[in-house]
Amino acid sequence: MTDVLVVGELFGGQLRRASLSAFSFAKTVASATGGAWDLLLIGEGAGGAAAEVTGFGARAVKTAEVAGGPVAERYAATVAEQGKGYGVLVATASAFGKDLMPRVAAKLDAGVASDISGVSVEGGKLVYRRPMFAGNVVGTLTVGSAIQVVTVRQAEFEAAQPTGGSSPVSSVSIVADPAAERVEFLSYEVAKSERPELTEAKTVVSGGRALKSAENFKTVLEPLVDALGAAMGASRAACDAGYVANDLQVGQTGKVVAPQLYFAVGISGAIQHLAGMKGSKVIVAINKDPEAPIFQVADYGLVADLFKAVPELTEAVKKAKAEA
Amino acid sequence: MLFAGRRSATKEMRVKILVPVKRVADPDNANKVKISGDGKQVTSQGLEWKLNPFDEYAVEAALRLTENGKTGERIGEVILASLGPKDVGQTLRGALAMGADRAVLVEANDEQLDAGVVVDALAKLVAQEKPDLVLMGKQAVDGDSNQSGQMLAEALGWPMATFAMGIEVLDGGKALKVGREADGGILTLKVTLPAVVTVDLRIVTPKSIVNHKTPADHAYSDTARYASLKGIMAAKKKPIAETSLAKLGVTKTPVLTYAKFELPTGRKAGVKVADVNELVTRLRTEAKAL
Repeated sequence: MTDVLVVGELFGGQLRRASLSAFSFAKTVASATGGAWDLLLIGEGAGGAAAEVTGFGARAVKTAEVAGGPVAERYAATVAEQGKGYGVLVATASAFGKDLMPRVAAKLDAGVASDISGVSVEGGKLVYRRPMFAGNVVGTLTVGSAIQVVTVRQAEFEAAQPTGGSSPVSSVSIVADPAAERVEFLSYEVAKSERPELTEAKTVVSGGRALKSAENFKTVLEPLVDALGAAMGASRAACDAGYVANDLQVGQTGKVVAPQLYFAVGISGAIQHLAGMKGSKVIVAINKDPEAPIFQVADYGLVADLFKAVPELTEAVKKAKAEA
Repeated sequence: MLFAGRRSATKEMRVKILVPVKRVADPDNANKVKISGDGKQVTSQGLEWKLNPFDEYAVEAALRLTENGKTGERIGEVILASLGPKDVGQTLRGALAMGADRAVLVEANDEQLDAGVVVDALAKLVAQEKPDLVLMGKQAVDGDSNQSGQMLAEALGWPMATFAMGIEVLDGGKALKVGREADGGILTLKVTLPAVVTVDLRIVTPKSIVNHKTPADHAYSDTARYASLKGIMAAKKKPIAETSLAKLGVTKTPVLTYAKFELPTGRKAGVKVADVNELVTRLRTEAKAL
């Protein structure tokens, strides 16, 4: 029997959708081991956000109202205190989860299974699977500490759906941490975009270095992105070249995405990029080099000059959407 | 202590930075790593050892923080540390050639190490060296775990700024303003030193580091620096102190156990379509994705 505590991430006083992947992990582990799972919401607006999350089947929803911005040092001591007595503490491997959870683990002398892609119970033990070496190896990992800390890859755990019921909500006391006095939150500048978030979008269109300029991302790729109602991504090469901001980078060193439909436009398909998108359901590649490695993972490959094919595709998509 | 009194020796505070680094199998050929027949080990025979790219960026960031980028004048100390077998010394030598001042090699073999043990060793090294800042890559690209920096900060009771894309020295070297890569944007923190900072890719963009010593009009090249021939010659004479887990007093043992490794189930190449019309038709009727 393993009880699981999920640390839910808040943004603008609401639970971030990314956290629903950690819910799924918790439900899986709790049901496979006959345990229960609880949810801890921590940060500004935790109390207000609780009402939205009582229908997911958690045994209890705990809230910790902490002001002063999303700073790991402000959260870690409270999370660790609440985590005592659980078998597993979990969060989604977002920037928030990756930042906070190892710090919590160190407080509890716990080992961390980072960015896992799967979990199973074997002989009463939790066994984690996680991608390593830029997705070229899958490791099978067990954690020997009394409490285990886990972050789950959002693209590999489906968002949990509400199941009804009403988890009881209670607030917990905040534990002070001297380290928090030496860090000050200054700002969180979120790039404003009408488009869906990269890691949460159903369709992603990514551009590579073959786009040749920031201008071409705007005039050639973005119309296709918007015609599809997609999120825009980019290869590391395109980010490094300064064509788009680095937070659009899809790959091992950037975001890992697994949308229903992924377009790789002018991307050769370096392993570092493949590591970030090969979990996508349907992959389309457009590249003028027929030997580009991206075609080895693409369901549909179009060997063509992107500057001709992408505008054509944009028009065809618009037409198809209008007909539908 | 060897470096006690460093703050009083000069009027100007010389920042002291510890940069833990790891060697990894050539990440550009990560698809060539193999798995041993029993599935117990990942083998990288035939692949060159390289400095973990994020650690290379941490070395670059540390050098930028401790120099006048225009004149080359050094205004601080950069100490490297690595855990591993003796030949990790070659990797350290390469990073010393970039311009770091000296290095510490903690002898250990892979079976003795996991994140918790590494963090314990680094915490003990920090106690000896007393740096103002620990600057390291956000993750090593072999294990891809992204946890050691955070755990080290907690072990030391220090504040941290992870996934840094920009660093500015504040308050005459007593604090740092750090821009962090967060989901959907940039989260900016001010941390009072001593602190742990882990770096992300954009930390090596031309103006990512502001130390108020390098003139504002100076722009670095958009990557980590290469070792010059002069740097390589100088590195041969730079000290690499050797110690061990036992000498540091590391008592932790690994809690993470990898029972086996596998190759991921690959995707199969699909079909090539003749033109945009065929692509759209297939996406609508076959894949039902449009």
